[in-house]
Amino acid sequence: MTTKKVVLRFSAETADKPIIYHLVKDYDLIINILKAQINPHKEGTMVLEISGDKYDEGISFLEKQGILVQPLETEVVRNEQRCTSCGACSVHCPTQALYIERPSMDVRFDGEKCILCLMCLKICPVRAMEVRV
Amino acid sequence: MGVERTIKEINERIKKGKVVVLTAEEVIEKVKEKGIEETAKEVDVVTTGTFGPMCSSGVFLNFGHTSPRIKMQRVWLNNVPAYTGIAAVDAYLGATELPEDDPLNSDYPGEFRYGGGHVIEDLVARRPIRLKATGYGTDCYPRKEIETTITIDDINEAILFNPRNCYQNYNCAVNLSNKTIYTYMGTLKPNLGNANYSTSGQLSPLLKDPYFKTIGIGTRIFLGGGIGYVAWNGTQHFPTILKDEDGKELCASGGTLSVIGDLKKMSARWLVGTSFRGYGATLTVGIGVPIPILNEEILYYAAKTDEELFAPIVDYSDVYPNRKPGNLGYVSYAQLKSGKINLLGKEVPTAPLSSYPKAREIAHILKDWIQKGDFLLTEPVQNLPGPDSGLKGKVLN
Repeated sequence: MTTKKVVLRFSAETADKPIIYHLVKDYDLIINILKAQINPHKEGTMVLEISGDKYDEGISFLEKQGILVQPLETEVVRNEQRCTSCGACSVHCPTQALYIERPSMDVRFDGEKCILCLMCLKICPVRAMEVRV
Repeated sequence: MGVERTIKEINERIKKGKVVVLTAEEVIEKVKEKGIEETAKEVDVVTTGTFGPMCSSGVFLNFGHTSPRIKMQRVWLNNVPAYTGIAAVDAYLGATELPEDDPLNSDYPGEFRYGGGHVIEDLVARRPIRLKATGYGTDCYPRKEIETTITIDDINEAILFNPRNCYQNYNCAVNLSNKTIYTYMGTLKPNLGNANYSTSGQLSPLLKDPYFKTIGIGTRIFLGGGIGYVAWNGTQHFPTILKDEDGKELCASGGTLSVIGDLKKMSARWLVGTSFRGYGATLTVGIGVPIPILNEEILYYAAKTDEELFAPIVDYSDVYPNRKPGNLGYVSYAQLKSGKINLLGKEVPTAPLSSYPKAREIAHILKDWIQKGDFLLTEPVQNLPGPDSGLKGKVLN
């Protein structure tokens, strides 16, 4: 039985649905929540490891709920040459994967904390944040 | 009576390899340790630095003449138009210029991924640039169009000439409204979601010479990784001394520099094409200015710390765009750099738009140049107007 990693994106309307319950109970899937950033009535993200025979049915259930499902084959990386360490990204990163180290004021990126919200790609003034597939 | 020294004397010490140079950060530590009087005796030069988006930047280009000749009436570099209302094959490309087919903010907020600032970065990085020009044809300039590929080395001149750079101080921008706004101060989240600022504080050149005692026309500087000069005061040069509600003097604000230098000798590390979502394209420019410690008073200001330098907090949802008076108070750069400030009863996370680590690096590079004898200081040809000049911005009706 293979294990697949997926990123779920919730809109403000879908963020309060008990989807993990349904994936386990109705589709008999084994779920490992790797990362979750969920707040009621706000956009949210969850990274799951899923295995089980009814994987495809489970995914189509999620999509019918209006949840965007993306395979976790992508990662956000920082182009170290391009980054100027300005820090504009730091207040927009929801998990502090991008943060300013003090007192040096150097900008650091901790890929482990990244939930692929891709906000930094929009914010970074010099386009130093990239998606690697 | 404290120490007095001249720029000529400092240059003699540079040539003899005896000059003592500290960065603006280092001199702060020195003054804390030894005091102004002792430090002024020891230190000849303090180097400053800043690396931030500076919209009023651009480059004069001379492409060389074609055969037969063309009088370029319109010119595009990588699809970005440049101004050609000067001689036949001269043009000026501004940092905020955008391609004519850019969707701008029609799909709000626009991305502004490529503009004049990016062309300047591509030029200085020696990447090939697509050049297109059209003319109307004259007896002396018969050719009507040309399309070719150039690099910076193929053309006669590329002179960076930035009419307004190096702002002495700048607003800390916040958003009091209930929707996200997209500004030249970055994306500002609603209801005081973040506070953005854009000055290198205790490293920033004009904050360290508030009365323009040393920085003037002709001052040799670090510009974009090469050598540049102060050409004039910048546009909107309205130097003043900020005062708090009680009339207590805080620090300088409002001064600007116009700078010039040979783009061919600069580096893409220090001139970076920049995009602000929903606002536009620009250029991030690296500038470093040496401050000769001619006396104790100059050192006193050059050694000012982040705790002693302040930015006004301004609402960019209403007050700034509608040019309403007033601000939300002042905040020190030490507070801004801490990562959060308290404002209207709320803890607000802060973010810089200008890079403090790069500003520090510039101050160190300039220090290195001076110590090695590669960079001599210049006497200003003429001083710039200071806070006592009373210069103020006019309103356009």
